[in-house]
Amino acid sequence: MEAYLSLFVRSIFIDNIALAFFLGMCTFLAISKKIGAAFGLGIAVVVVQVITVPVNNLLYTYVLADGALAWAGLPDVDLSFLGLITYIGVIAALVQILEMILDKYVPALYNALGVFLPLITVNCAILGGSLLMVQRDYDFGESVVFGAGSGVGWALAITALAGIREKMKYSDVPEGLRGLGITFITVGLMSLGFMSFGGIDL
Amino acid sequence: MKVKELLFAPVFSNNPIALQILGICSALAVTSKLSVTLVMCIALTSVTAFSNLFVSLVRNHAPGNIRIIVQMTIIASLVIVVDEVLKAYAYEISKQLSVFVGLIITNCIVMGRAEAFAMKNPPLASFFDGVGNGLGYSAILIALAVIRELFGSGTLLGYQILPLATEGGWYTPNGLLLMPPSAFFLIGLFIWGIRAWKKDQIEEPDYKMAPNTKPQAKEA
Repeated sequence: MEAYLSLFVRSIFIDNIALAFFLGMCTFLAISKKIGAAFGLGIAVVVVQVITVPVNNLLYTYVLADGALAWAGLPDVDLSFLGLITYIGVIAALVQILEMILDKYVPALYNALGVFLPLITVNCAILGGSLLMVQRDYDFGESVVFGAGSGVGWALAITALAGIREKMKYSDVPEGLRGLGITFITVGLMSLGFMSFGGIDL
Repeated sequence: MKVKELLFAPVFSNNPIALQILGICSALAVTSKLSVTLVMCIALTSVTAFSNLFVSLVRNHAPGNIRIIVQMTIIASLVIVVDEVLKAYAYEISKQLSVFVGLIITNCIVMGRAEAFAMKNPPLASFFDGVGNGLGYSAILIALAVIRELFGSGTLLGYQILPLATEGGWYTPNGLLLMPPSAFFLIGLFIWGIRAWKKDQIEEPDYKMAPNTKPQAKEA
């Protein structure tokens, strides 16, 4: 239990998926002008991440890994080269299913998330989460915790950035830095701040 | 002339990273060493070029509502090929690139150019557009990597350029440049540089300070 808790905290703060691994940067910079939108997108990422990372974990363990098809009588088959196309397929399909379920049963949440759900398919934080999970050999339980932690970490980062940008739009920024430039510098400072969590020993 | 324009316009005037905000994730993550960066640039440029070519070839045959899936399949297959080639011939570097080769799939440059250019243009033009955008991406990445590796560890491609103080030289390396935040600062400064030169890329401010029109209170 303690190991799960420490993995959770680690994936939110120390190994923050946005600020330490630079994943999901495009949406991170593009949709962080308003706190409301940023928060909605953050929630959507958490939901999708919690579902896709464990599902990809199961697929990897029982279908794709070297010798994983032993249960089907094929111990010599190694399908791990199909990993990339499988993960992105799973992500696209799950996002689509999630969209339909939400539309039918939870229309309030569906309307709140709006256009962000389909956007998530091409958010590299999601695919990156699955790839990091495979690379670090997480088991099923760890992959659930890692999915939740990395999603929450990303949501935290984008909401914080949106908060800063909302205040910053009133400030008088030099011409060439306006918009994208100053956002990069802000994110750099945030990333510097998050690095201080690296001193925490878990 | 047209080819020249397709190849070089994305490098400065319509740069995918500095202006279109595409493909930033990998730009930040793989630039602490020049050798790794070069491999990443070659991988991305070839994937963009060939995905543009193939998407453009099937553009009149794929129905509109499943085009995203078709593009995704083409891109993912190309990335798998690149990934396997790297694992076979440059295993060390592919280890250092870790998940970022796989993440070319969701790199917005590839998808963005397929959707914005290749769906509307003939194959050859699309191919050159892919190469051009790959070059624009590479230009920023290589510049970043040169700065980060040269001043961060005093080397270029692993060769010692600036003799380190710890080994009897004069240069004290700036460790911050090897850390993630420096990549953000450097790209921010790059954008500033490009926009100081190309004024038309400057963004309009959301709010302008209005002149103070309130009558000034008289001092008593």
